[in-house]
Amino acid sequence: MQAIKTIHSRTVVMPSTNIDTDQIIPGRFLTTTTKEGLGQQLFADWRYAADGTPIADFILNRPEAEGCRILVAGRNLGCGSSREHAPWALLDYGFQAVVSTEIADIFRNNSLKNGLLPIVVDDATHQWLLANPGVTVTIDLQSATLQAASREPVSFPIDAFARYCLLNGVDELGFLLSKDAEIQRYESQHAG
Amino acid sequence: MSTPRTLFEKVWSAHEVVPATADTPAVIFIDLHLTHEVTSPQAFAILRERGLKVRRPDLTLATMDHATPTRTEQVFGGAPITIDSAAKQIRQLEANCADFGVELLGLQDARRGIVHIIGPELGVTQPGKTIVCGDSHTSTHGAFGALAFGIGTTEVGHVLATQCLLQKKPKTFAINVEGELPNGVTPKDLILAIIGKVGVSGGTGYVFEYRGSAIRKLNMEQRMTICNMSIEAGARAGMIAPDEITFEYLKDRPRAPKGAAWDKAVNAWRALVTDDGAVFDREITIDASALEPMITYGTNPGMVVPISGQVPDRAGDPVFDAAMRYMGLTPGQRIQDAPVNVVFVGSCTNGRISDLRAAARVLKGHKVADGVQLLIVPGSQEVKRDAEAEGLDQIFKAAGADWRESGCSMCLGMNGDTVAKGQYSVSTSNRNFEGRQGVGARTLLASPETAAASAIRGKVTDPREFA
Ligand code: SF4
Repeated sequence: MQAIKTIHSRTVVMPSTNIDTDQIIPGRFLTTTTKEGLGQQLFADWRYAADGTPIADFILNRPEAEGCRILVAGRNLGCGSSREHAPWALLDYGFQAVVSTEIADIFRNNSLKNGLLPIVVDDATHQWLLANPGVTVTIDLQSATLQAASREPVSFPIDAFARYCLLNGVDELGFLLSKDAEIQRYESQHAG
Repeated sequence: MSTPRTLFEKVWSAHEVVPATADTPAVIFIDLHLTHEVTSPQAFAILRERGLKVRRPDLTLATMDHATPTRTEQVFGGAPITIDSAAKQIRQLEANCADFGVELLGLQDARRGIVHIIGPELGVTQPGKTIVCGDSHTSTHGAFGALAFGIGTTEVGHVLATQCLLQKKPKTFAINVEGELPNGVTPKDLILAIIGKVGVSGGTGYVFEYRGSAIRKLNMEQRMTICNMSIEAGARAGMIAPDEITFEYLKDRPRAPKGAAWDKAVNAWRALVTDDGAVFDREITIDASALEPMITYGTNPGMVVPISGQVPDRAGDPVFDAAMRYMGLTPGQRIQDAPVNVVFVGSCTNGRISDLRAAARVLKGHKVADGVQLLIVPGSQEVKRDAEAEGLDQIFKAAGADWRESGCSMCLGMNGDTVAKGQYSVSTSNRNFEGRQGVGARTLLASPETAAASAIRGKVTDPREFA
């Protein structure tokens, strides 16, 4: 995984609340055995007509979405299925961070493990971001702050360990593997 | 005296390999890892990339359910699996299990089925265990007093390699259900009512414990239906303290402890209750006796009404308006007259034998309305055999239903079983998200009884009319 320090980008806004992982990547695309290429199918049912042509007024098909790395979504983003294909699809498309007031547990975990920043902001910041699509936002992971345009930076919560892993580009598996002695001890105490 | 603890806290602390520090989350040991074809291939790939083994194949069990076809000719008849990518995924799981020494209940195994149905059936799901699977409805196993939750594919890799997970301790939420469910009101109706009350994100960050007199009366299959849908309120896990009903269900299951080991296990399991005086972070109480059969009208499981009710009017709320557009329903209309094209009975929520019996009781002697497709899919091959031994399949077929091999089927429409665009489906599954059952499919979630009654009438129907 690549180290992440800051993300600086314009935003794409999808104001719907409860955007679930079935919308982010519909089930029929989960019969894949790799992580690559899922960006093509990101939000497929909102993005393409039945014949596969892009739906012109869907935000990701509009010229202003080009190159945006930050997705601002309505409350309770990522509810539903545990499919890690959801953050894989967002990352493969080019997003590096998602912003909302509430982000569902499993989706948040899955995002952190892949280097997609799940950022929870207060209501006022969220309202402002929803009302001002396309603004430039800077996310600084070291200070755990988000700055929208020239507004005051706001801080966002992030688990200390997850932040350490992201800043240093290390994954959690290495840490777990380093606990081998403790795991062995636990196993021998609980054998049979 | 030690501080009173909740059921969750007891199971959690018994599994801490390394407690949380200021800088690192807790390392939690996993007693049972269930896996399936859809969320595992990339995890096995991680193991290969890093040259790692599966640490505890003895605590790992694989099956196939999600992308797996339900048509007999594709499962047993040698006909090719229609969806190429699904066939590839199935073959990949076979190869991965063979390469890493993981037990697989494969395509033609008599014990195959939906992962959350076969765990309890085999008796590997047990009180006090930590159980994970790359699937959000792992919460089902909490019905036994296990701490069971869904994980992503990266975490599947962590568990395969280390049998452990890094976890932040969730908060606790007691859902007290008092009184008795009225006649004709099922556990599915109860959990839909709970989700309606808590909201689809109300449980985020919590583990539910379902408690109270109404819960204690439920049998294990009913408790599984309740815990199954905990995730639909945002909670990763839902638990019910084990009791005599739990032990009775597990006794003599193929992989339950036997003889002296059984007695010892039951003794330990009896301690898995929330102590008097233990404090939950949140608590609500629900009066079971006030409930009716419930059905969803919108595009998340919290958009739910009593079957005698109407689609509410929340015009101006963008979520509501979008749901109305998608569902093609009108605020204020009676939900009972809503049209039905497809009825699906199955899934890890309602695909067990008691669910099929409930559907059969309603369907017996009736025919499905003209133009309605009724699909009944057992949750496992064992459920299928039991149903056939009782003649339920005959009742279903006589009513005009399609009867299949086990699997997730139309719950998520990635295996060839889908609802067509614009069609209304009354489904016993757990998610009515846009497109869940197929592109443009309109799902109304309900109990097997309501689903069966609606199939007969060809419109949403109160199952109590068939009592
Ligand atoms: S039946 Fe549906 S909810 Fe259950 S495991 Fe299968 S796809 Fe998931």
